[in-house]
Amino acid sequence: MSGVRVLVGTKKGAFILTSDGKRDKWTVDGPHFAGWEIYHMKGSPKDPNRLYASQTSGWFGQVVERSNDAGKTWEAVGNKFEYEGEVGTHQFYDGTPKPWAFKRVWHLEPSLTDPDTVYAGIEDASIFKSTDAGATWQELPGLRNHGKGQLWQPGAGGMCLHTIILDPTNPKRMYIAISAAGAFRTDDGGVTWKPINKGLKSLYELPDPDAEVGHCVHRIAMHPSRPNTLFMQKHWDVMRSDDAGDNWRDIGGNLPTDFGFPIDVHAHEPETIYVVPIKSDSEHFVPDGKLRVFRSKTGGNEWEALTKGLPQSDCYVNVLRDAMAVDQLDKCGIYFGTSGGQVYASADAGDSWNPIVRDLPGVLSVEVQTLP
Amino acid sequence: MIRVSLPAHLRTLSGVTGEVQLELAPPITQRRVLDALEARFPMLEGTIRDHFTKERRAFLRFFACQEDLSHESPDAPLPDAVVRGEEPYLVVGAMAGG
Repeated sequence: MSGVRVLVGTKKGAFILTSDGKRDKWTVDGPHFAGWEIYHMKGSPKDPNRLYASQTSGWFGQVVERSNDAGKTWEAVGNKFEYEGEVGTHQFYDGTPKPWAFKRVWHLEPSLTDPDTVYAGIEDASIFKSTDAGATWQELPGLRNHGKGQLWQPGAGGMCLHTIILDPTNPKRMYIAISAAGAFRTDDGGVTWKPINKGLKSLYELPDPDAEVGHCVHRIAMHPSRPNTLFMQKHWDVMRSDDAGDNWRDIGGNLPTDFGFPIDVHAHEPETIYVVPIKSDSEHFVPDGKLRVFRSKTGGNEWEALTKGLPQSDCYVNVLRDAMAVDQLDKCGIYFGTSGGQVYASADAGDSWNPIVRDLPGVLSVEVQTLP
Repeated sequence: MIRVSLPAHLRTLSGVTGEVQLELAPPITQRRVLDALEARFPMLEGTIRDHFTKERRAFLRFFACQEDLSHESPDAPLPDAVVRGEEPYLVVGAMAGG
């Protein structure tokens, strides 16, 4: 029987949750890297035993870990992220120029076809690539150079590149997103990039309606069967593009609030999408004390609250941008982790939920592997 | 023989228990001790000193013989007791973070 492996990064270590295809009984393994922040952990689509993890600490900096046996053992690999060429400056909070400086890896995106190739999204925002299983890393500097990096300015969470999406039909095309800078696309394998933020509106943070960069994109999701359709959770606003990001339109519809962090797409229904609305930018918890996932089966605008099995009173958790994922089983499983350390799973596409674990450290990221 | 004491997280990362022992020829300085430590345990590169500037990470401190050496020149000789192996060179995680 097939199964699933849920990779959970938390503020104090990594956890690996496994189940068979029924997804009702779970084994919890961890903490790995106890005491360290695990910003992200993800497996290779080509070799599910190959995992990468971003391990970071305010004291000791960045470590990248690699496993070749599904997380049973780990090896620290390369952690040297050197910007290419003239480092240059971005803007600081006060608008003054500030040199780029590496802080941490937010997101690791393994290649769809090669277990030894993996991309890293880092803070200060840039994208790096490794073709030797994480031993060495090279920047794709075109993003900062062509993406107007000199105008980028950090948001409250730091100037982080947190989303990397690989187009399964076009190996030259990638999408990335950066907090407070926006979304960007390459069509030549990362040599050149263009901002893709037309249609985004950020009235208070960014008064210029035609600003090419500066939009606070929190997350982008894509269904692999429709690589030109993108869904975005922006700081405020849930957005959609059907032309590979060239134009965006608001699909927030009847959501109780359109602020939030994660967004994801059903594995088998490319018009079914999920968000977790958060009260506001100043109150990072779910509204009304109710933990609700909202699902749209119409590609946006019409949303339904999914509440069965989720706390509906006195709940004040957040769900971060990388902390939601879907499996490939039928019915599609949906997973998310909270700032309160709960990891919830739905084995029926969101109709009902159960906690896999309730008391982990605050969850930073959730990824799912569907196992043969 | 130089004795080096690492904080718990770096002992775990490098897979060592107890102190690290390094054979080094004079002159014995902080820079040479840390260079030798990183050469033996490459996974520690970047976790104690910045990869590029080789400056001490902000929330780590260096001690020996009850003295804080964090702001000493990395090329200054270490105390004789460290050179003779009587006292360890201590890499310490600073109390920070609340």
